[in-house]
Amino acid sequence: MSPTSQPADKSTDKRAGAAAPQARPVLSVRNLAKAFGSNVVLRDIDLDVRRGNVVALIGPSGSGKTTVLRSLNGLETPDAGTVTFADTATGTDLALDFSAKVSKKDVSDLRDRSAMVFQHYNLFPHMTVLQNVIEGPVQVQKRKRAEAIADAEKLLARVGLSDKRDAYPFELSGGQQQRVGIVRALALKPQLLLFDEPTSALDPELVGEVLGVIQELAEEGWTMVIVTHELAFARQVADEVIFMDGGVVVERGPAAEVLRAPRQDRTRQFVRRLLHEF
Amino acid sequence: MPFNWDLVWSSFVPIVTGAVTGTIPLTLASFVLGLALALLVALMRLSRTAVVSGAARFYVSVIRGTPLLVQLFVIFYGLPSLGVKLDPWPSAIIAFSLNVGGYAAEVIRAAILSVPKGQWEAGHTIGMSKGLALRRIILPQAARVSVPPLSNTFISLVKDTSLASLILVTELFRNAQQIAAFSQEFMVLYLEAALVYWVICLALSTGQSALEKRLDRYVAH
Repeated sequence: MSPTSQPADKSTDKRAGAAAPQARPVLSVRNLAKAFGSNVVLRDIDLDVRRGNVVALIGPSGSGKTTVLRSLNGLETPDAGTVTFADTATGTDLALDFSAKVSKKDVSDLRDRSAMVFQHYNLFPHMTVLQNVIEGPVQVQKRKRAEAIADAEKLLARVGLSDKRDAYPFELSGGQQQRVGIVRALALKPQLLLFDEPTSALDPELVGEVLGVIQELAEEGWTMVIVTHELAFARQVADEVIFMDGGVVVERGPAAEVLRAPRQDRTRQFVRRLLHEF
Repeated sequence: MPFNWDLVWSSFVPIVTGAVTGTIPLTLASFVLGLALALLVALMRLSRTAVVSGAARFYVSVIRGTPLLVQLFVIFYGLPSLGVKLDPWPSAIIAFSLNVGGYAAEVIRAAILSVPKGQWEAGHTIGMSKGLALRRIILPQAARVSVPPLSNTFISLVKDTSLASLILVTELFRNAQQIAAFSQEFMVLYLEAALVYWVICLALSTGQSALEKRLDRYVAH
């Protein structure tokens, strides 16, 4: 179910091959800043996401990680900083500089490149599962309905929800709703998937089914940014872990390093607290 | 005094005719136009532009703060002095639409605000513009919430249309009045008129229940 624009296997990505050992990131964020009134929530955030990579944003609540994620999808407008999407298809990058006023068109283009999975699923309650999934492809992307339905059915089968096709969201468990949320995002064929604490609203016994799906997506080569409190999961799927606190990046690096052997005190405290909270 | 059954039967046809050719079309036309106006005013009220939301607020305040009968008289008897002369029917439809527009605007505004913010965001994340998200995601959910209060507005409107008799619109109540004046049987005629209004409203209440049930199909019980 990986889109054609996204190679299933990172090692076969020719663009990343001979020319440059480290290909240009698909997404670059520089100096992102945001304040709500006098409350500064983001200071100088930099972020690079390479094609096929998974970046996990971790940190205590109020650290700004969700705001970073929402900025990438145009749900939040930063006060300053740039967000750049490398466009390999057309060769023209999409670059937004939030220091100036960004146009509606740019925000809309930014949104087209990514899709968000929400903490509280945010499924459309008045639509069936299938209608939820095809809404974007049919109403926004103007794809043929029959085609969108065929795609949606494949995706639903993938996450084991074929039999819930015509159910309304209220008839589903939290885990099932979140899997529909993921399918709704996938159906848009975005270049980047954004997850905002996708398992935080779930009963503990339902967390596994959702993390399982996300892990499979990572293995298929989807590019993802995940805000999560599931550190064991982050260690397993993330290529890079970024620890944020107080609106700044405190520490970043390969998942194993940041989570097993953090260099900063604040990271160490956070990781220890989360791993030993039971 | 023996109850005058003959008069009941002979007046039945003109009164029901008044309902079918006067009260009901006047109600329907005013409600549909009023709702369209209300949606516009509700969206204006939610606008971040102060002038736009202020204008909507002013309109709602005037409509809710003045008697419907006065509004009706201003349009029918008042406007001619400004050179605008309207027939009874257009006057009535304009007055009732403006009135419904003011009351229903507040209902629709509250219903739109009752839809969680996450629904807007989910619409945006699948690429929807504000307008498309409003039409496809927000309004269908707001509709469910607003059916009970809008039904109240609708039922009130049915009864309020009797005021149109005062600007010479031939409708249910005017027909009843004329027969009453002629026959001097006030009690019989006015009770009969009341009964017909009640039957119309009963039918509307039934319709309201059916609509609520239909719109509730996607909500946990």
